[in-house]
Amino acid sequence: MVQVLVLTGFGINCEEETAAAYQLAGAQAHIHHFNEVLLEGHNIHQYQLIHFPGGFSFGDDLASGKVMANKIRYKQLPNGNSLLDELKIFLNNGHFIMGICNGFQMLVRLGLLPNTRLSFAQQSSLLPNLSSQYEDRWVYCKVNPNSESPFLKGINIIPLPVRHGEGRLLFGDETLKQIVRTKALNCLSYCLENGDSATEYPANPNGSELSCAGLCDPTGQVFGLMPHPEAFLSFYNHPNWPKMKRQNPQLSDEGWGLKFFKNIVQHIQAN
Amino acid sequence: MGSLFFLDQIPNLMSNYPHIFRYLRPDLADWQGQKIVQAANRQLGLKTGEIRLVQLFSLAEEAQEEQLLAFAEACIQDPLTDQIEINQLNWPAGFSSAVAIAQLPGVTDDEGRSAQMAWADFFNLPFEPEEQRIFSQTIYLIEKELTAKELKALAQRLLGNPLIHHFSYFKALEGGFDRPFYVPKVQIQANKERQLIDLAPLSDEELLRLSKEMVLALNLAEMQAIRDYYGSEAVQTFRATKGLPAQPTDCELEVLAQTWSEHCKHKEFNALIHYKNLATGEEQEIHSLFKTFIKGATDNVAASLAEKGNDWLVKVFSDNAGVVKATDKHLFVWKVETHNSPSALDPYGGAITGILGNNRDPLGTGVGGAQLLFNTNVLCFGPPNYSKALLKGQLHPRQIMEGVVSGIEDGGNKSGVPTVNGSIVFDERYSGKPLVYCGTGGIMPYDYLGKNSWEKPIDANDRIIMAGGRVGKDGIHGATFSSIEIDEHSPMSAVQIGSPITQKMLYDFMRVATAQGLIKCSTDNGAGGLSSSVGELAEISGGALVQLEKVPLKYAGLRPWEIFVSESQERMTLVVETEKWPALEKLAQQYEVELSDIGYFTNDGYLDIRYEEEQIALLSMQFLHEGVPQKEMWAEWEKPKLQEPALPESLDYNQLLLALMSSLNICSRESIIRQYDHEVKGKTILKPLMGAKGKAPQDAAVLRFDFSDYQGVAVSNGIIPRYGDIDAYQMSASAFDEALRQIISVGGRLPNMTENDDVFWSINDNFCVPDSEFHPEHNPDGKLKLAKLVQMCQALYDMASFFDIPLTSGKDSMKNDFKAEGQKISVPPTILYSFTAKMKDVRQAISSDFKVAGDLIYQVGTTYNELGASEFYQLFGELGANVPKVRKEAAKALYLKVMQANEAKLITSSHDLSDGGLAVALAESCFGGDLGANIQLDQLGDLTAWQLLFSESNSRFLVSIAPQNQAAFEEIMGDAAFFLGQVSEDQQLTIQLGQEELVQLSNEQLEMAWSQTLSL
Repeated sequence: MVQVLVLTGFGINCEEETAAAYQLAGAQAHIHHFNEVLLEGHNIHQYQLIHFPGGFSFGDDLASGKVMANKIRYKQLPNGNSLLDELKIFLNNGHFIMGICNGFQMLVRLGLLPNTRLSFAQQSSLLPNLSSQYEDRWVYCKVNPNSESPFLKGINIIPLPVRHGEGRLLFGDETLKQIVRTKALNCLSYCLENGDSATEYPANPNGSELSCAGLCDPTGQVFGLMPHPEAFLSFYNHPNWPKMKRQNPQLSDEGWGLKFFKNIVQHIQAN
Repeated sequence: MGSLFFLDQIPNLMSNYPHIFRYLRPDLADWQGQKIVQAANRQLGLKTGEIRLVQLFSLAEEAQEEQLLAFAEACIQDPLTDQIEINQLNWPAGFSSAVAIAQLPGVTDDEGRSAQMAWADFFNLPFEPEEQRIFSQTIYLIEKELTAKELKALAQRLLGNPLIHHFSYFKALEGGFDRPFYVPKVQIQANKERQLIDLAPLSDEELLRLSKEMVLALNLAEMQAIRDYYGSEAVQTFRATKGLPAQPTDCELEVLAQTWSEHCKHKEFNALIHYKNLATGEEQEIHSLFKTFIKGATDNVAASLAEKGNDWLVKVFSDNAGVVKATDKHLFVWKVETHNSPSALDPYGGAITGILGNNRDPLGTGVGGAQLLFNTNVLCFGPPNYSKALLKGQLHPRQIMEGVVSGIEDGGNKSGVPTVNGSIVFDERYSGKPLVYCGTGGIMPYDYLGKNSWEKPIDANDRIIMAGGRVGKDGIHGATFSSIEIDEHSPMSAVQIGSPITQKMLYDFMRVATAQGLIKCSTDNGAGGLSSSVGELAEISGGALVQLEKVPLKYAGLRPWEIFVSESQERMTLVVETEKWPALEKLAQQYEVELSDIGYFTNDGYLDIRYEEEQIALLSMQFLHEGVPQKEMWAEWEKPKLQEPALPESLDYNQLLLALMSSLNICSRESIIRQYDHEVKGKTILKPLMGAKGKAPQDAAVLRFDFSDYQGVAVSNGIIPRYGDIDAYQMSASAFDEALRQIISVGGRLPNMTENDDVFWSINDNFCVPDSEFHPEHNPDGKLKLAKLVQMCQALYDMASFFDIPLTSGKDSMKNDFKAEGQKISVPPTILYSFTAKMKDVRQAISSDFKVAGDLIYQVGTTYNELGASEFYQLFGELGANVPKVRKEAAKALYLKVMQANEAKLITSSHDLSDGGLAVALAESCFGGDLGANIQLDQLGDLTAWQLLFSESNSRFLVSIAPQNQAAFEEIMGDAAFFLGQVSEDQQLTIQLGQEELVQLSNEQLEMAWSQTLSL
């Protein structure tokens, strides 16, 4: 069975539904507090996937995900390595990392995404939404047709909730933006219901460059996104389910967000 | 913070501490600043030009510059977007004024604390909970040169609050940042000795003065009772044998005042009330409103449930929250509180501590450790466009609204608890004191390792463990302060800011610790702090001994009694068996939660408080909890002389409907709702806004309990204070019916219909009333106000008993008056009913929006000529006389039919009729579903067009059904359903009466009117 580590603590708050997502996808999910890894040397290499869930680690103080990313980069584990060192080894071993919302913010600040040069230096950043406020709303996302991310197989356009105050992805410079596009690392972007690119608020809920909602790294092993697929595990999470169900009573009870988790669990199983 | 600091050199308050300045790269737009620019223009009429923000982190110790720089670059600066400066900030070109806003000493500064955590991680120092050493503040750079007055208005009305913030003003012309930045390090000296207060020689007048000066909020009878108690021979002898002084200590008086506060002892709800109904001549003596009506109703319900073998009522009134059986795996825990006074002084801090404090109630129920499922919030504000001159100390209603909404946003979102249901009521009478109701529902397993989770067992020698945040001067006198009206001299220390992350860490810890059986039981530290939590828990074992020097402090200098009554947030009191302590302590270290063993429980009948060797207080538990004299109050009801208004002959219904849609009490709350996370945890099934475009407001929220099945809970609220201007009984009954019918509307089922029905209902009642104690000068209409309260309670009793719906917990808030400059702004007597009820299958929930063109539309329930206190009359500035009545027998018969129709899955949309009546519900169901409707009102009965459209009669629904279900639906409903018309594809709402077309409006017009009034 695929073993998944879901990290929590310090204000992370989506660990429970995230673990449920992996369970429903056929994996075995283990929720552990960051400090079990950082202070007590809990071994991350017994897992095939590490998930950084959403939430408000350290209350978004300094910047979203920053204090946690800082801990991962600088704090020494009992063996003298930082957790970032261990994550590099974990990836070298061919395993996978996923981050959602606050987890995605950590991965970006840690340089795990987009990581075009595989140097683990921060290349992009997430700023406060252009609306200057936290917002909970459902948006449409579409998968970059050129993306080969194992997380996104079979997904085209999908409605998902966004729930964040700092989701405006900035690439810093045009060269990076170009590389990201060429390599299709901008694997998920905000769109309209018909799939056209979302250039304006609220379809692009935060003002991200390239309308980018999610990134992967060049190896395809690391994937992160601002929207919350783990909040769409049941069809009945969709805000228009009563009407959709009325129009099509045959629709499955399964939530569409589960696809991301099923994809990666099946990919790991197959390999 | 370890060896990098020179700990012995503590500089002065206004000195040159090491500083890190961080700001956005100048070529990037500062959107936060731009938002302030707009708000300053909109709310204060100030043209500020550009505003940019600089974040300043000051270290209250010395540090070497290269360390500072390395830290700042790695941990403070974003490499893409930020620039940093160390120690010195040059005045930036293009800006004329600046204001720096820091927290006042001791006020929660999470940003500073997080920077401190980053420092420890960066230098690999071990985590130690300790004094704050990094402080954050924000500098706002302003392009235009503002006058000193303008700058102050901007700073104190828009950006900060003088009760919690320190402001420094700078101008380019006056030398820029010529002064050192303020750093709010706490430096206080205090006398640790106990003081004695001799009550014996004091006259009545002097007793009252002492009560006011010490903010004890005790009345004369209570002060006398304390004086006489200490004067009694038995007490004198006892104190002499214990080597105690004859006079009460400061701590003893403070503990008595806190325990006897209205907030904690509900003296008015337990008073002897002489009630006279002048309309009927009826006279009545009521011995405790609480026991007679609230507990009385629940006792009736409990008996009725027992008769049918329904055993889901587990724990009512005796713990921090009500407990019922939800499923065969879970108990459901439910609590609603108010946080009005603090929100009037500091709206953000008041609301965030309100919601976080309320979260701790389910968390500290029984053993504790409930899993928090959702939050609710109901808010009452003055109108945001309030234009009267503000009294001294009064904040503008818009400022209050924005602060409260941000507080709820941060409190809920940062805790990871979805905010799923709420309501906002606007009325000018809430302009002095807003009402902020916070609710939290949670689930608990039945047992932790075989021990019942809902029970609170405590034995002598169990340890008293304080968990969570440290204690400071914040919130001293909160419990007593909330029991008096606010005036210009309200204590600053009553204001505090919550730290959602500190509490989240405590919550994570509590859940694991309870599951591992390490905690015997727990309670929260809210109003009254340790005094309240330990004092109440000690009732169970029969006493407690506390060593106050073991309580960890945020900073030195607290007096012992202050430590005991401080309401510093994010704390729980745990009861722990000695042998479990080592394992608990180890777990706490992993979760970075500070625990302190501060004493133990006893069974000798005394609350024994010490500071090192000194006895600070020794209070008999019996006198502490039962010594408060019963209050005696007088109520007189006189029926107001009212009449129905004369309306103009011809009415433009299109205009009237648009006016209603855009009125403050009906318009869209979307701009607020979207700032709350309403779906974290992934269990929200009916959200506040549904439909393809997320515009359809819902009657109730529906959530599932977990991911393994589809059992869940529906959550609604009923509040309609303006009906009380005509009839307080019908106001309370209508609010009850509103919340009840909303649950029925989304597919809920009435309880106790069959044996073993497995359908729990759990309600909290929250009364917020103005000062209702008669005083010939200060409160001449006190008797009428109290009479209204009595009638509200009578309605509660009648409704709850009739429907078998139990009250399980609640709260009363009694002195909601704002006094300043000789004027008084009093809230109208207000009751909120917060309903929760079992949904056996959340997939059967019914939403309010129309679903498919061609569906048939009905009104279910009868419309009467009941527009008294309606939103419609409000448009004409009229009150009227015909307030909506509740006809509970008819209502129940109707709800049973709706339940039957839902059982047969016949209803595809349902919206309850409330503010604005049928017309408003039709509009919402149309644009909510992106569909239109053709409506004919003729079947509804013999009333005028405006009565049919806008009456607010209770117990009614607007429903739609698929055409093929018409016969089955009509057979069930009989004469209770009135056919109105059909859902149409055309996005138009057309309403006719006879041949007359009353309304012809597009969804776009309706939605536009609805959505543009309230923007945040």
